[in-house]
Amino acid sequence: MSADQPPGRRPHEFTPQPWRDRRLEIVLGNLLRTGVLFSAAIVIAGACVYLARHAHEHAEYRVFQGEPSDFRTIPGVIQSVMHGHGRGLIQLGLLFLIATPIFRVAFSVVGFGLERDRMYVVFTLIVLAVLLYSLLGSGLTL
Amino acid sequence: MTVLGFTAVVAIVSFVAGLLGALTGLGGGVVLVPLLTLLFHVDIRYAIGASLVSVIATSSGAAAAYVREGISNIRIGMFLEIATTIGALLGAFLATRIPTSALAIIFGLVLLYSAYLSRKPRPPALRNLPPDPLATRLRLNGSFPDLEGKREYNVQNVPAGFSLMFGAGALSGLLGIGSGAVKVLAMDQAMRIPFKVSTTTSNFMIGVTAAASAGVYLSRGYVDPGLSMPVMLGVLAGSLLGTRILVKAETKSLRLVFSIVILVLGLQMLFKGIGGKI
Repeated sequence: MSADQPPGRRPHEFTPQPWRDRRLEIVLGNLLRTGVLFSAAIVIAGACVYLARHAHEHAEYRVFQGEPSDFRTIPGVIQSVMHGHGRGLIQLGLLFLIATPIFRVAFSVVGFGLERDRMYVVFTLIVLAVLLYSLLGSGLTL
Repeated sequence: MTVLGFTAVVAIVSFVAGLLGALTGLGGGVVLVPLLTLLFHVDIRYAIGASLVSVIATSSGAAAAYVREGISNIRIGMFLEIATTIGALLGAFLATRIPTSALAIIFGLVLLYSAYLSRKPRPPALRNLPPDPLATRLRLNGSFPDLEGKREYNVQNVPAGFSLMFGAGALSGLLGIGSGAVKVLAMDQAMRIPFKVSTTTSNFMIGVTAAASAGVYLSRGYVDPGLSMPVMLGVLAGSLLGTRILVKAETKSLRLVFSIVILVLGLQMLFKGIGGKI
């Protein structure tokens, strides 16, 4: 195949190879969809528990109170799930949802690495660093 | 309203928003926050948290359908994501510090701009532009399957596009939206990326951009499970259906209706924000 390149080419001689990019994109696209459907399934499971227990309570969102710590940190959410809370399960699904694009970026680092595209490995690592900073720096893991 | 009734009504409204957003290409997220705040009297911070989560779901859910067609350009996407994620992080930190009335005013202005942009004819597609040295160095140029076969394109004005994308990211983080309107400005107008490529690539980027601010929102207690659940599921289902029937649907009149809705919501948000009622 014409896309087979002699090994050891210098980076600046690199030319993007459309078919490889495309294969990478398809894998990434499927990864994203699987992640979304998986998190949606968890959210639905949580919704069933939540609605079965609280269906007839009063819904109140007029006044902002901020969520309790159960729903604001990863350990809090996990603990809430362990106690069988529906809302904890919903929040777990939302955490998976947020993680999906982060996985996609992490996967792209590998993809660009396999293509020996050093410049884009660096770009992707910058994006990944920003995403991880957002998660770790905001106190989500406390 | 009871929890059950509230969940059902919010799910239906979100479904319609997601469906119309996908059919018109204007995005459902942009109407969600005003609908939740104006119609359901939800605090704007809860509304933004729920909208942000739904934006991730629609972006990632539709990505598989788009990439199979081989149109989106992952290098353009990843390069510009550097700008959007840093912008989004900044926007999310700003959102926790500025008053809610200011958020409503900014939101109103973005809605008005989106409505204006949706009525404005797209700039004529310029073909056979000369390659830009910076874009070539960054390997942003590409090709995509067109009616006449493979069409090559050369990306222009990289610095302008990158700065605009930073702004798009900041707005996304501030308001919990995909900020498609600003992305169109950056990719279509400044960088001269063909329409098909820019919309699919921007969709691909939205999820990553939103994920950058989602951590901040979640840890600040803006993401309520009871509210986010019907919003996320409704928008996701609506937009998945929308992308599926997009090919067959006649969207011109739908686009007009949707842009009038956006205009009205924008004015409402603006007045409520100025009046300090949000």
